[in-house]
Amino acid sequence: MLTDAEWAVVGLSLKVSLVAVLLTLPVAYGLAWLLARRRFPGLIALDALVHLPLVVPPVVTGWVLLIAFGRNGPIGAWLESAFGVTLVFNWTGAALAAAVMALPLMVRAMRLSIEAVDRRLVGAARSLGASRWHAFLTITLPLSLPGIAAGAMLGFARSLGEFGATITFASNIAGETRTLPLAIYSGLQLPGAEAQVARLAIISIVLSLLALLVSELLVRRSAGRQAHVL
Amino acid sequence: MFFEVSLRYDFGPRQVSLDLASDNVLTALVGVSGAGKTTVLNAIAGLLQPDAGRIAVAGEVLFDAAHGINVKPEKRRAGYVFQDARLFPHMKVAANLAYGEKLARVEDRWIARDRVIELLGIGDLLGRYPATLSGGETRRVAVGRALLSGPRFLLLDEPMASLDAARAERMRELIENIRDELGLPMLLVSHDGREVERLAGRVVTLD
Repeated sequence: MLTDAEWAVVGLSLKVSLVAVLLTLPVAYGLAWLLARRRFPGLIALDALVHLPLVVPPVVTGWVLLIAFGRNGPIGAWLESAFGVTLVFNWTGAALAAAVMALPLMVRAMRLSIEAVDRRLVGAARSLGASRWHAFLTITLPLSLPGIAAGAMLGFARSLGEFGATITFASNIAGETRTLPLAIYSGLQLPGAEAQVARLAIISIVLSLLALLVSELLVRRSAGRQAHVL
Repeated sequence: MFFEVSLRYDFGPRQVSLDLASDNVLTALVGVSGAGKTTVLNAIAGLLQPDAGRIAVAGEVLFDAAHGINVKPEKRRAGYVFQDARLFPHMKVAANLAYGEKLARVEDRWIARDRVIELLGIGDLLGRYPATLSGGETRRVAVGRALLSGPRFLLLDEPMASLDAARAERMRELIENIRDELGLPMLLVSHDGREVERLAGRVVTLD
């Protein structure tokens, strides 16, 4: 089956994707709630901004991250001086790149399930004495839980496949930032690595397919049979 | 005065306006469908904000556009029985009943849970989810949930609709009990003339 080095690649990929999803989860849910429930000037601009990583070339997203979070970037320099944290050339940088790329998909899934929660139920909760926040915690949040799970799975699948922004921002360092797609890319550069490339590619396909199926099932469960995120 | 409601609410080209002052415990609000009866109940409960006017129930001002008063819905203590019940689908009947009760201050809870369960005959339903209830069962649970939230007044939106004759009669008796024994101010929306005549001391038509 897999060699130790290949298992390490799979392990790193899972770690990077998991951290990326956990990092993005609260941000994505907050944005999804805003887009689903609030009407304010700039809504369309925010919606477009959230979806930007979906359409901009990933290499551009990586470049923007490099500008902002690089050693000399405004946020990167601050993180390094204040906390001694460096993101570039580090697996945490790969997680950040994956998180940004996963954000739009996660927001879409969560927004759909928040929109499916009947607002009149929130009104009923308020009339029964619930504050806005209590109504959110007891009504909107639990009823949109399947969408949160679906968004997380979708984000996880997207993170596993992230290539362009990662290689641009975090680089391709074996054992540090060389996730599955980067390892496959590196394998393609080497003569005689065809079998290794095939093994890693199959693992990629299986993991992604599983995550997609689970997220699709979860959204159908929460937002109805007709709903879908793909 | 139990109910003093004067309000104007615009939706697009249409407008709902009402001027109502009633010192009857049970006031009925009638009118053709689409006249805005539910809109009025929503405004009293604080679920929508009128464009102008003043709302006071049993002496407490809940909304006054001129003075910038708009009490939050959770502070109004309205026992609102919605036309579509609006039970929380992810909670069993027992949790639905307890939702408002847990949020009410102890001194505001004027009726015990066991009494409500007995009065409404919903003891067998406590472990079930709303999706498994019939229309009549759903409505009775919704009434119970509203009563247990320690309300100062009740807003009843077609409480007898979708009940069979026997259940509707029991619901009417329950409303009469609340009216005569508890003296809780009630605003009843109904399209049934006979029902209104029997229950309400005052009928207000919205057109």
